[in-house]
Amino acid sequence: MTPASAARPLVSVEDLTVRFDTGERVVHAVNGVGLTLAEGETLGILGESGSGKSVTLRCLMRLLPPRRARIGGRILFAGEDVLAMDERRLADHRGRSVAMIFQEPMLAFDPVFTIGEQIAETVRRHEGLDRAAARRRALEMLERVRIPGAARRLDAYPHEMSGGMRQRAMIALALSCRPRLLLADEPTTALDATVQIQILLLLRELQAELGMAVIFVTHDIGVAVETSDRIAVMYAGRIVESGTARDVVRTPRHPYTAGLLASRAEGAPRGTRLGAIPGAPPDLAHIPTGCAFAPRCAVAGPECGEAVPAARDLGGGHQASCLRV
Amino acid sequence: MSATPLLRVSGLRKFFPVRGGLLGRKVADVQAVDGVSFEVARGETLGIVGESGCGKSTTARLLIRLIEPDAGEIVFDGFGLGDGMTLAELRRQAQMVFQDSYASLNPRLTVADTIAFGPRVHGMPAAQAMTLARDLLRKVGLDPALFAGRYPHELSGGQRQRVNIARALALSPRLLILDEAVSALDKSVEAQVLNLLCDLKAELGLTYLFISHDLNVVRFMSDRVMVMYLGKVVEIGDVETLYADPRHPYTAALLSAMPSMDPDRRTAEAPLAGDPPNPIDPPSGCRFHTRCPFAEDPCRRAEPGLKPAGDRRLVACHMNDPASGHSRAGRQGEAA
Ligand SMILES: Nc1ncnc2c1ncn2[C@@H]1O[C@H](COP(=O)(O)OP(=O)(O)OP(=O)(O)O)[C@@H](O)[C@H]1O
Ligand SMILES: Nc1ncnc2c1ncn2[C@@H]1O[C@H](COP(=O)(O)OP(=O)(O)OP(=O)(O)O)[C@@H](O)[C@H]1O
Ligand code: SF4
Ligand SMILES: [Mg+2]
Ligand SMILES: [Mg+2]
Repeated sequence: MTPASAARPLVSVEDLTVRFDTGERVVHAVNGVGLTLAEGETLGILGESGSGKSVTLRCLMRLLPPRRARIGGRILFAGEDVLAMDERRLADHRGRSVAMIFQEPMLAFDPVFTIGEQIAETVRRHEGLDRAAARRRALEMLERVRIPGAARRLDAYPHEMSGGMRQRAMIALALSCRPRLLLADEPTTALDATVQIQILLLLRELQAELGMAVIFVTHDIGVAVETSDRIAVMYAGRIVESGTARDVVRTPRHPYTAGLLASRAEGAPRGTRLGAIPGAPPDLAHIPTGCAFAPRCAVAGPECGEAVPAARDLGGGHQASCLRV
Repeated sequence: MSATPLLRVSGLRKFFPVRGGLLGRKVADVQAVDGVSFEVARGETLGIVGESGCGKSTTARLLIRLIEPDAGEIVFDGFGLGDGMTLAELRRQAQMVFQDSYASLNPRLTVADTIAFGPRVHGMPAAQAMTLARDLLRKVGLDPALFAGRYPHELSGGQRQRVNIARALALSPRLLILDEAVSALDKSVEAQVLNLLCDLKAELGLTYLFISHDLNVVRFMSDRVMVMYLGKVVEIGDVETLYADPRHPYTAALLSAMPSMDPDRRTAEAPLAGDPPNPIDPPSGCRFHTRCPFAEDPCRRAEPGLKPAGDRRLVACHMNDPASGHSRAGRQGEAA
């Protein structure tokens, strides 16, 4: 999208679609997502529950259940077709090139092994280091994520740590093989406010230090602003607007983004009414034809229901998929 | 606050036993709520904020006696519980709406039956209760012709939460306790429900206790705000003055931990290090002293009381008490 990322994107996703066939209904979770990401860049994906953020991320690591999920489109990572990778290539892709952190750190850890064992094992598997070197790397990683008393914590089990500490340990695990891309799926949503900001700043620092690219999924505009160079806004499985964090937050052009920003309680004087968006997001088994936001949109016309609006270029890498811009 | 407050709570305490070992003997206590006192005026909204586990929900549950307090007094509209007011009466006058809109609705009852249930139990004839239910549905913005006969699974999260609000209103309460009532809603739906709550309050003259971890939403909704940390109240004050000039170091840290909305002014430094301590074995003296940038000897030794700090504010910090021996006592302006 930006000239730099057009030159040599680390990730390029084209017309990604994901359907889940549950037998009785087909859920249209992702409906034509396109995005590019340059080396070292942070993209925030912002969207409400069910908008397809996690499914999009999981596609980049091919983590979806193959029998139930039908994936279409193309995903290139450093020029390589991710959807065409065989199991062996995938095992290398996951963990070494791309790593992921989640909202619930217990998902990333096996409860019966210590934190140190698990990080060391990952490093040995992907980089072939010997035992001692792998343990040294594990210690170095725990220090890097600023776990106090890191040497002692190497031998701790996941359940022996507090929530914030576990989150740090999961980040250490994810970064232990120095991935070129980190996928972060709401890693701070379950944390206390004073711990969340610590983790956000830590991620920002590590990203600058290690030069990796990051895709950060969140439903919180503030979290996206704190972490991201660019923001992509998702609605009903599509990216409806994308651009620099500044452009998206200050001059939102898609009616959904604009509505979302206008409905925030932040800064709204008490006793006034919030500019709420009417209605609710669509059922993904029955997405409206055309623009999925049209039934809730204040400026929609009959033409909005005809075809899915293409992304329109607004300059400076700012795009919005709306007939009215 | 000279008029009788609608709600006065003093010295509320609840410790949950932690059991362990083969015999399940009590080995420790979670000090969930410890000496909480506050007042809510008629028609006011008191916001309650603080991090996970600080005792917000426990406080709310104690108020309507979903759990029994170990100690403390609750006076509703001038009448003490068991002293002019029965538990049944308190539970009619004070209703609660929870975060989880699905779990709090009976899946086998239609929306209208759910709303009519309370009034029926209190002796209202069926036909009248149904009319009331349909009126309330309209009031919360759901067309009774479309929604009265639906079941909870046929509703969206925002619609379910509207039903929960209608149900809470069915017994004409005077106090509504909203415990993370909008937290599970989509952002684009949250504003609808906040607007609804504001409208209902004005129309019905309600008093709200508004619990949320979203400090922006609390600021928008509340007249006054109470800040809790590890089972204690650390600060109470008018919303605007408290947000503009927090006096307790924890309040200041909590407010500056809010993510920035301005890409050109991102947060540069985390206001606090570390996680909140374990409520099973809270720190001595001031419970915040392990994370407080201003902690001194007196903070480790003695617990600061909740004391007036000007502009209708109460603060529990030794820096607010000239007799505490804290070197900054009486120089609050510089601390925050
Ligand atoms: N394995 C699956 N089988 C069937 N449906 C699924 C599966 N995984 C996700 N979905 C559906 O796909 C849609 C998109 O889900 P996704 O998890 O990407 O949402 P999200 O944007 O991450 O939301 P949240 O903020 O709640 O995490 C949802 O309707 C979800 O129910
Ligand atoms: N029934 C119970 N038994 C044992 N401990 C409990 C019980 N209910 C709450 N606690 C504990 O009491 C403390 C206060 O919990 P409470 O639910 O009041 O916190 P909260 O402020 O509402 O947090 P959150 O923001 O996560 O909802 C916590 O440490 C919690 O684990
Ligand atoms: S009493 Fe001491 S430790 Fe507690 S908040 Fe005040 S200065 Fe900090
Ligand atoms: Mg998700
Ligand atoms: Mg709670």
